[in-house]
This record gives sequence, structure tokens and C-alpha cells, in this order.
Amino acid sequence: MISEKDVKYVASLSRIHLNEEEAKPLAKDLEKILNYVAKLQKLDVKQIAPTSHVLPLNNVFREDIVRPSLTQEETLNMTVDKMNGSFKVPKVIE
Amino acid sequence: MPDEKKQFETVIGLEVHLQLKTKSKIFCGCKNTFGGEPNTQTCPVCLGLPGSLPVLNRKVLEYAIKTGLALNCKINSFIKFDRKNYYYPDLPKAYQISQYDSPVCYDGFVLVPQEKGEEKKIRLTRAHLEEDAGKLMHDHNANCSLVDYNRTGTPLLEIVTQPDIRSAQEAYDYLQILKLTLQYLDVSDCDMEKGSLRCDANISLRVMGEEKLGVKTELKNMNSFKAVKSALLFEERRQEGILQSGGKITQETRLWDENKQMTFTMRSKEEAHDYRYFPDPDLVPFVIEEKAIKGIAENLPELPFDKCNRIKKEYDLSDYDAWVLVGSLETADFFEACAKLHRNYKSVCNWISGPLLQEANARKTGISGLKIEPKRFVEIVKKSEDGSLSNLGAKDVLKQALCSDKSIEQIISEKGLAQVSDDATLEKIADEVIKANLSVVEQIKSGDEKPLGFLVGQAMKKTQGKANPKKIGEIIKRRL
Repeated sequence: MISEKDVKYVASLSRIHLNEEEAKPLAKDLEKILNYVAKLQKLDVKQIAPTSHVLPLNNVFREDIVRPSLTQEETLNMTVDKMNGSFKVPKVIE
Repeated sequence: MPDEKKQFETVIGLEVHLQLKTKSKIFCGCKNTFGGEPNTQTCPVCLGLPGSLPVLNRKVLEYAIKTGLALNCKINSFIKFDRKNYYYPDLPKAYQISQYDSPVCYDGFVLVPQEKGEEKKIRLTRAHLEEDAGKLMHDHNANCSLVDYNRTGTPLLEIVTQPDIRSAQEAYDYLQILKLTLQYLDVSDCDMEKGSLRCDANISLRVMGEEKLGVKTELKNMNSFKAVKSALLFEERRQEGILQSGGKITQETRLWDENKQMTFTMRSKEEAHDYRYFPDPDLVPFVIEEKAIKGIAENLPELPFDKCNRIKKEYDLSDYDAWVLVGSLETADFFEACAKLHRNYKSVCNWISGPLLQEANARKTGISGLKIEPKRFVEIVKKSEDGSLSNLGAKDVLKQALCSDKSIEQIISEKGLAQVSDDATLEKIADEVIKANLSVVEQIKSGDEKPLGFLVGQAMKKTQGKANPKKIGEIIKRRL
């Protein structure tokens, strides 16, 4: 059972604001989705190693070489709020 | 009923975050250096812009394996990276690339030297790779926080101990030997002030004899090893106070306040810890071959414990002396270079651990920052041994030698520091001192030898410290 509380918790982890009307149908939808996916639980996968990546690739490295970075101006152009060369955000510590 | 006080045992585990000193960051080519102008060392990868792809820096994995081997860890043959999800302004992607269930290193231990040559084993659970977050500064006037993403993507190795540590002092000792080992490996600056080595601590108390761990608190914001020790001592007392009076410990994160010398509950807007780890699809897994591990193992430098034991044996020094010498790699190297030139090892050791390190510490540099090489240093040591320099004179010559390239002979003659050892001169001085201090002489003659030192002191004063004190002492005694 997915409760409205579960929905709100998951939403809060993703910083999504939901009101009561939105949360209720989502609980039902989520439950349907989970039930559908739950079919997989019936499969016997004891002999199968967990997939950690879908590409048949290993050991892709880069060498320890410095490449040019963006300039401060280029970087800060991507934000709406800046101050003293930094990104400006609401205060996070009391 | 008498007020029975319970005996508690302290249980501590430490997490060290170590910045690896590669040239570039862990997953991109941005410069990995401290102190640049804010937001000048970032790129689409470390800023987490859509469409960018992280690629692992080969050197980072090599450093992690090297460190793991030095800390007696097993190295996983298969590793992958996972996303640790949380929202915080210092984390541009809203997830940190870390390692959840396949850390590079696991099951290691650190031997911590104890008194009397004993050692205590602190087990390591794991050491895993992750990326550092950005830096937040809080502007109280503008009521905002400022974010600098230069540090984002700095390679970190997180080294986690088992709860094997039993006191604040033991935690301090563990950190010292860990740092020394890491410095020998040359994988990090290990500078707590610059944040290249950071330490969080978990501490709980349990009734003596109990198996089950008590409720722990996590301590953060300690900016030196001394602060780690103080924070643990404070927290130990605070928890004991609560438990003795029948209260319960709340599991929480507490911040150390260096000014107030207290820990405080962290008030943060950070969510409850629910990180929803999952494998990062942007990075492929890594298979670490036995051959590669062997190659790194063969190139490990001699580590502090081994070096200490070898130096002790090879040069017939005490445990204490050997630890002072291996206290930094350059001190040990300097000693061994000197020992090749002069076989009085104990004397060389004393001159290094005393006067030379004093000068180095006063200048806030290591021995390599001093302008003296083993050859001239040993010359001073030899001259103090054979009496051509007094102890004080030799220290003076050392000071002069540190600020010039002049030969030792030249410094001695220029400063007139040569010790006066010739009999005729010394006898004359002895006579003068005896004449000027007749009452003291009487005292000595009546059997009290204590004031003899006073007479020697007078002779030294007359010669501005240049007289050979042993010799002048003998002459005065003979003349009385």
C-alpha cells in the first residue's frame, strides 16, 4: 500500500510541492506502477550476476592532464543571482 | 543507598576525507588546486551541466590503490561508482558520485605506536573514492550563502575505521600515524587548514563490559587534530553526564565550536539521510587486475613503521629517537645522508632532533627549507665532538650556516667562534678567575665542590663562551 504520506515523502526528497488533490491520485498511480513492476520479483535470478552497467565496457579512463576550465564569467552567466564571483543562494545555515 | 556511579567505556570511529593531489579533478580536466579565484576551475562536467560525461582520472584510482595497500587493505577486483542523492547548494548535480557497495579498498588496519614500543591495531572498514563538493560561504549581512564550485570534483578518498578507538588520545594518535603514512605515500598534502584532510568522528559510550554499542553522535567541524581530540573529550563528558543521570543520548550530528570549546546540535535544513544510492550510469565499472595491484605494491615506499624499525636497528638508536627521525620523510632522509658521512649516529641524531629541528620549526619550514646540506652539518657535529667548537659555539655556527653558503671553517674564523683549548691561554684565564673569587675558592677548599661550576662560568664569561668548559674546569680544579 502506498499512502499519501509516502507520496509526500518521496515528493519532498525531490523538492516537489504537492497539495492534497495532487497527492491522492498519485498514490494510486504509484501503487499500480509498483504492482506492475513487482512481476519481476517472481523471476528466479539466483544464477544471474547483478547488472551494474548496460554497456559491455570496463575501465574507461582519462589521463591526469589539466584542460582549460570555463572562465568565471562564462560560469556565472548561467545563474540569475551572483555576488563576488560566486553563485548566490538563500542562506543555508542559521 | 550509596550513589553508585557506572563505569563507561568510550567507543570511537573516525572518518577521514583525504583530498588526493592529482593535477586534475577526479572526473574532468579542471585544475585540482586550492585557493583559485572563485568559480574559475569549473567545467560542464563538475558543474553537472546536461549532456556532460564524467570520465575517471587514472591517477586517482592508482593513488587509492596505493593508499589502500599501505593501510593493509584488500583491493576489490571489481569496482563501480554510485550516485548519492541529496539536495544542497554545494552539490550542483544534486548527487555526489561516490561508491556504495564496491569500495576500492576494504578490510584494512593501521598500527598505532604506543608507549614502550607497543602498538594498537585499528581496523579499517573501507576506503572509497568520491568527489568533493563545492564551498559555501555565509554572508550574514546580505543574508545569503555564496557558492564557489572550484572544489567540486576534487578527488576524495574516504577512510573509515571500525569502532576500535577507545579514547580521544587514541584517536589523536591514529590520526598522527595515518597522516604520516599518507605523507610518505605522497598522495595528499594532508593539510587540515586547507581542508585537504578532514576528519569526522562517531562517539558513543557503553557500560563497561557491555557488547552492544550505545547511541552515537557524529561530530563535525574540527579543523585540527587537536580539535578532534578536544571535541571527543567534550562529547565523552557530555554523554557520560547524561547517562549517569539516567538520560538518553539522541542520535544526531553535532558541530564543534572551537571558540566555545563545545559541541552543538547542528541546525541544518538538510533533509533526513535518505540517499537512494544507485549505480551511476554515466561511468562504466572497473576491473582491477591482480597484475596492476602487484605493480603498485612493488613500488610502495618504505613506510613509517618499517623505516623506524630499520633505523633503530641499523643505527642502534632508541625507539624515541627513531620516531623523531621518521616524523617526517625529509628528516629521516637527512639523517641517513649524515650517517653516511659520520658514524657517531647518536650524536648526529641529537643534533638533528635538537638544534636543527628547532631552527626548522622556528622558521615554520622543514629541514629541506633550511640552507644546510648534510656535509656542512656533519662538519659542525664533528667539530663540537672534538672540542674545536663549544656546544654553544657549534649552535651559533649552525645558525650562521643556515643563512649562507660559506664553509664551516670560514664561519668559525669570521665570527671568532673557535673554542679555546690551548693550555697556556686557559691557565692564564684560570689564574685570573681564581684571584678574583678568593672567597669562593676558600669554600671549595673546605670541601664544598659545588661552586666549582660558578668559577667555570666566570671563565666562560671572560672568553665570551669560547673556552673549552671541560678543560678549564680541570685546570681550575688542579690549581686550587
